[in-house]
Amino acid sequence: MRKKIKISSSPLNLNEVIRFIRADENGAEDYFIGTVRNATKGESVTHLFFESYEAMAIKEMEKIADRALEQFDINNIAIYHRVGELKIQEVPVIIGVGSAHRVAAFDACRFAIDTLKETVPIWKKEFLENGEVWVSAHP
Amino acid sequence: MKVLTFGITKDIIGSRSLEVPSNLALTVGELRQYVISKYPKMEKLKSLAIAVNEEYATDDKRLIESDVVALIPPVSGG
Repeated sequence: MRKKIKISSSPLNLNEVIRFIRADENGAEDYFIGTVRNATKGESVTHLFFESYEAMAIKEMEKIADRALEQFDINNIAIYHRVGELKIQEVPVIIGVGSAHRVAAFDACRFAIDTLKETVPIWKKEFLENGEVWVSAHP
Repeated sequence: MKVLTFGITKDIIGSRSLEVPSNLALTVGELRQYVISKYPKMEKLKSLAIAVNEEYATDDKRLIESDVVALIPPVSGG
């Protein structure tokens, strides 16, 4: 198994991702961990809410993993995303990539998180001190 | 035809789904026009994609009653 995709309403387990990626043929592992920040555009954020169109989001995450495996010289990839309410410092997303050499792992990891942000149907609502906003909804 | 709503489209419509008369939305493009005309706030969004059977669909895609259709406002995962 070269890819693992997960959407979960409970906290993401980094050790589970590492256990999946670790393999005899890998000389490099690259991980991207997205975390909830306490401010946006100068305003304090109290917490976030993530909603997904789960069936489609899984399909789009599978496509990203398949493309990464095709385009980069990597051995395996994991893409995990959390949904529901998240507090500051909690982890909405983890990408893990394993490869023989580090450059491919870095490149594939960046490709995966950049593409996820463009194509995967998951939406983030920011709760600010004065209201709430769906991120990126308006120009 | 039942259309699923997510994110800000769910808030604008005030429901997890929208019932659209099939004869008013023969294609994805017509469905978007119908939704925007009924809910003008949709026009203010940065984009409004439509998924058919869990795949992004182009405007010329024809819709049939059994399709699973969803409104996809700008995504913001990660």
